[in-house]
Amino acid sequence: MRFDVQVKISLKKGMLNPEASTIQRALALLGYEVEDTDTVEIIKFRLDEEDRNIALKEVDDMCQRLLCNPVIHDYEIEIIEEEK
Amino acid sequence: MKVGIIRFPGSNCDRDVYQALELAGGQPEYIWWNQKDLSQIDAVVIPGGFSYGDYLRAGAIAAITPVIEGIKSLVKDEKPVLGICNGAQILAEVGLVPGVFTVNINSKFICQWTDLKVETTRTPFTSMYKKGEIIKMPIAHAEGRYYVDYIQELKDNDQIVLKFASENPNGSMEAITGVCDQTGLICAVMPHPERASLTILGSDDGLKFFKGIVNY
Repeated sequence: MRFDVQVKISLKKGMLNPEASTIQRALALLGYEVEDTDTVEIIKFRLDEEDRNIALKEVDDMCQRLLCNPVIHDYEIEIIEEEK
Repeated sequence: MKVGIIRFPGSNCDRDVYQALELAGGQPEYIWWNQKDLSQIDAVVIPGGFSYGDYLRAGAIAAITPVIEGIKSLVKDEKPVLGICNGAQILAEVGLVPGVFTVNINSKFICQWTDLKVETTRTPFTSMYKKGEIIKMPIAHAEGRYYVDYIQELKDNDQIVLKFASENPNGSMEAITGVCDQTGLICAVMPHPERASLTILGSDDGLKFFKGIVNY
């Protein structure tokens, strides 16, 4: 089975996000008053695996070993099976 | 004392570290990222730079290269390992030192001289300083803000090596900019001792880091 995978990586709640605060200040310069600005990184790829659970387990390993730093990051995995 | 200098694609302080180690009386030797066997080496320095373009996170990709296995074997043999700047980020990504060095509080690349306080002298690299001594070395990084979950543990185990002595330019937790593992043999510092290894560079306060390795 072929899966479309998306990993969304964000900073843990309460972690300082200098990029987000810079964006929020820049938006304010343009007159847009917004709050709670955050940034999320998305990594996308395709993956062939026997079934969805194996694919999910493999992507979770990828997150733990390389894609995220567990000290500061939370992540969400989205797996969609490609239509044949 | 044969000291290995690890080179990744994107390392750029390797030659400065080479010279500083020579000045300190050591025998430096370059080691490429795909070399696994470091058994002929007595100590290792991971120099600064932008390994793998800082892609993903600074140090994240270097942290999974074969040379890291060699470094882990050296650690088992109780040989000293020093990571400077990008080298410090790599050691944190591997998990050989606690915490992370992440994006500076002002989102900018900061390049400036800093006053630093030596917090412990139990590491080989700081063994020639006095505890509490103020030294002058430059920083040059965009991802140097130190963060750790359990700061009390670091204090209890005497794992804080360097702190910013006056201003805290990158917003590091408690102004920490150098930490070590529990043994003190693995040390990660954001400031550049090799850029402060000759008075003509503006300071030679950093040279003792390398003398400390050679005398270990």
